[in-house]
Amino acid sequence: MPVDKANRVLRYVILILLSVLCLFSFYILIVNSTRLHSQIQKGFSILPDNFFTRNLNNVLANKEVPVVKGIINSLFVAGASALLATYFSALTAFSIHIYEFRFKKLVFTFIMMIMMIPAQVSALGFLRWMSSLNMLDSLVPLFLPSVASPIVFYFMYSYMQSNLPKAVIEASRMDGASEFRTFNRVVIPIMKPALAVQAIFTFVGSWNNYFIPSLLLRSKEKKTMPILVAQLRSADYLKFDMGQVYTLIFLAIIPIIVIYILLSKYIVRGVAVGSVKE
Amino acid sequence: MKKSRSIIALLLVLVMALSPVVLGGSVKAETADSGKVLNIWGWNEEFKGLFETYFQGAGLVPEDVEVRFTIVPSTDNAYQNALDQALLDQENAADDDKIDLFLLEADYALKYVDSDFTLDIMNDVGLTEEDLAGQYKYTQEIVTDGNGAIKGTSWQATPGLFAYRRSIALDVLGTDDPEAVQEALSDWDKFAAVAEQMAAKDYKMLSGFDDAYRPFSNNMTNPWVDENNVINLDENMVKWIELTKDFTDKGYHNKSRLWDDQWSADQGPGSNVFGFFYSTWGINFTLLGNALEDPEAEQAVGNGIYGDYAVVEGPQNFYWGGSWLAAAAGSDNLGLVRDIMYTMTCDKDTMQQITKDTQDFTNHEEAMAELAADDEFASAFLGGQNHIALFVESAKGIDMSNMSAYDQGMNENLQEAFVDYFNGNVDYDTALDNFYTAVIETYPDLTRPE
Amino acid sequence: MKMLSSQKRNSISYKKWGYIFLVPFFVVYTVFSLIPLFSTVYYSFFENYMSGLKQIGPNYVGIENYKTILLETDLPKYAFNTIFIWLLGFIPQIVVAMILAIWFTSLKIKLRFTGFFKTVIYMPNLIMAAAFAMLFWALFSDIGPINNLLVAMGYERISFLQNVAGTRGLVALMNFLMWFGNTTIILMAGIMGIDNSILEAAQIDGASTWRTFWDVTIPSIKPILVYVLITSLIGGLQMFDVPQILTNSSGGPNRTSMTMIMYLNKHLFSKNFGLAGALSVILFIVTAILSVIIYRNLTEREPKPVKLKGGEH
Repeated sequence: MPVDKANRVLRYVILILLSVLCLFSFYILIVNSTRLHSQIQKGFSILPDNFFTRNLNNVLANKEVPVVKGIINSLFVAGASALLATYFSALTAFSIHIYEFRFKKLVFTFIMMIMMIPAQVSALGFLRWMSSLNMLDSLVPLFLPSVASPIVFYFMYSYMQSNLPKAVIEASRMDGASEFRTFNRVVIPIMKPALAVQAIFTFVGSWNNYFIPSLLLRSKEKKTMPILVAQLRSADYLKFDMGQVYTLIFLAIIPIIVIYILLSKYIVRGVAVGSVKE
Repeated sequence: MKKSRSIIALLLVLVMALSPVVLGGSVKAETADSGKVLNIWGWNEEFKGLFETYFQGAGLVPEDVEVRFTIVPSTDNAYQNALDQALLDQENAADDDKIDLFLLEADYALKYVDSDFTLDIMNDVGLTEEDLAGQYKYTQEIVTDGNGAIKGTSWQATPGLFAYRRSIALDVLGTDDPEAVQEALSDWDKFAAVAEQMAAKDYKMLSGFDDAYRPFSNNMTNPWVDENNVINLDENMVKWIELTKDFTDKGYHNKSRLWDDQWSADQGPGSNVFGFFYSTWGINFTLLGNALEDPEAEQAVGNGIYGDYAVVEGPQNFYWGGSWLAAAAGSDNLGLVRDIMYTMTCDKDTMQQITKDTQDFTNHEEAMAELAADDEFASAFLGGQNHIALFVESAKGIDMSNMSAYDQGMNENLQEAFVDYFNGNVDYDTALDNFYTAVIETYPDLTRPE
Repeated sequence: MKMLSSQKRNSISYKKWGYIFLVPFFVVYTVFSLIPLFSTVYYSFFENYMSGLKQIGPNYVGIENYKTILLETDLPKYAFNTIFIWLLGFIPQIVVAMILAIWFTSLKIKLRFTGFFKTVIYMPNLIMAAAFAMLFWALFSDIGPINNLLVAMGYERISFLQNVAGTRGLVALMNFLMWFGNTTIILMAGIMGIDNSILEAAQIDGASTWRTFWDVTIPSIKPILVYVLITSLIGGLQMFDVPQILTNSSGGPNRTSMTMIMYLNKHLFSKNFGLAGALSVILFIVTAILSVIIYRNLTEREPKPVKLKGGEH
């Protein structure tokens, strides 16, 4: 079957090309974190140099850029956001998908509408409002709003439409389980692939979020990684050091890659096994 | 099923493990309000470093006062957004959270100076005319409000110079002597004539579109905005546009933008660019770093084009950059604020020491004049020139009385809008129209000229 | 159908849980988003901005702000830019994602190393947009490797970010790279949710791969496909960070890569609550109309969705 074989080769070629495109940016990031500021300023290099430890020491020695604290803050905010967003969006979607109540259509329409509102729209109002609630320089407004994530909700809802038969709920009720228990013990496992997918998306989105944290956070003990990166990028001319910037970006990427690989394995395998089909 | 729980468990463990670390910190911080706190705001650590060395390091902070720096990066205007919000909240803030001192850049200084959120450094803070006498006048003009009150003070003066390549000067002009080169570049017509000579020998006069911007923009004949809030495109800016268009069409530069890769590379070995308008801070740090072939090898002649640059005043005196200190209204530490301002921006010995230690050009005429006369200050990078001496001369000619609160937006938007014109993407009128549109988005209270 | 009666009974007795489960969402949404949002809409009827640190207004001006935005600005141009650049990235994105999702899930094709490929394609999204843009800047700069390659191949250097096609193309390319993996994963999740017996039945019936795809796969993943289309559209209409960083917030050249949110962001600089509020409301209406059109077209015209295992519609 020469046609099939040619197709197969073509598929691998395309996949390898795409993978190279995807990994190339990481490669260059790593290369740049091994180069000195003056080298980076003069342009691009495909080969790494050997200044990584120096850049790393420079970053770690910088007291205004508490890297460890920044990673902890980011892990906390992104982890909490992912947890809250996936759990409560599934709960909200569950409510709309399963129950029949009067304002159901209205509620669904409302959530779909607010999904279309860009974050920038109410950013300044948000800042003012947080200021009056005394929540400036706090991590709470960075993760708590994830409880209401319309896009995650919509994904959960779409997924339930295809994958959550109402009969399953009926069966659980027959067994005498409370509604809350049914949700936790029956629905959550069925939603597993969707939860993993959205946990990753939310985690990544929150991990890389700059706009809202930049408006809220002040003290260095509270800063998240993107703020620290921006801070290094706007350093004064005496300290401006692209080597440090790239090293910090590199440091910021490691935890998220680890988390991603942990969760992605789960997606890749988990979906294939499939909780619905059993 | 187990996996679904393990993923949630993983996240839960993560969050729970971290929450005492992250949230606990804030509780402690809030209860630790013993004694006075001095709050200083800035967008980078430049002043923090100086402060810790020359003020705190000298034991000048009282023992019961805690100094707290808040640094918000300027990316996406975050610094001004945060600062504005904090200043507006200042009245209701706890004493220990009130901003005492904050840093400003020239391009937007008047926004704060022309407000009630900054204090008069003489009448409110307590510096005397005598204290300020040593400073360069232009550094005071930039932060003087409409009523003549000085609302800020700087440890830097940032006069600009034109840095050129000696080897190229020798090839094209037949001399690399700074005085002769200055003579050849002493006004913009001569500057353009030299550019033509450069092109004839396959050199570029400048690196890119924005290189000549500051000498024109910081010599305006009128402020950017008139008393009726109408935008005024100064004749000097029109000249910049004409010159840059002419240079672009004739290929006198490499079409780089400030700070991009091309611009940096153009300052290094193998470049065909004759020179750069630079300010005090740029020469010993940015330009020197870019000029080296091997950043690790000794900084000496033979490493890249080290020693091949020289500086002259160029066609016009100008300044570029600098940071100012302002005292915030509502500060509960005015005595200390005065002391900091005095030591860091008025005290001759401290400032001379800063220049000796960091090569930064500081804001004290006499201190700088002494160094200018000091032969030890010859710069090997500049082929043995004493650039401090030239800066001293250049600083005298700076006139900044035409600053406005709108300069930041004007400068950024004018450069952005006219790149399209220089490149031939749009005609002059479209570029101008884009400029007005962008400026009015930034400053809604302004209107286009008739 | 036979369950209808029992379900009705159940939904009556269980209906309070429907409300209870909505409480967290609505409480949090109200506290963190709805209140600022109301102020946004409210202030769209006022002249209200900061001149330096001076507050101008709020002065009630009726629909003046709306008139200004609709009649006096280049909003149509920015809307065109946004949609154009979005489509430029989205069309390859959905095509590539669909092809990959099918390759990865097909029982017939059976590619190896899919675990690796599936993991890698999402990775560009892990990099901060700012860092990603910095890299592209370096790659496509006048002295960057792409230009050096062009010169080596005998072409002229291209100043990518100083010409229209270059800038729009780069923004679209970055958006494509950042998001095609995300779309692939979502489509895969949808396709894997399809009951294998349906696909197998189609194949036993002798349906071609192409027919199976159109007649079984597409209808089965319709809800997910609609989700992808609508969220991509919303994401596309909200396109901001990539062009913002790549063009240094200018939307150049000649504002041809200025997106609607970049334009909105310009008004945030001056804290122009009035104009920004009006612009937000307009953006919201435009997005809502487009989304409703897509949603209606894709969900209601469909004659009869293929029944998923155990699912009810």
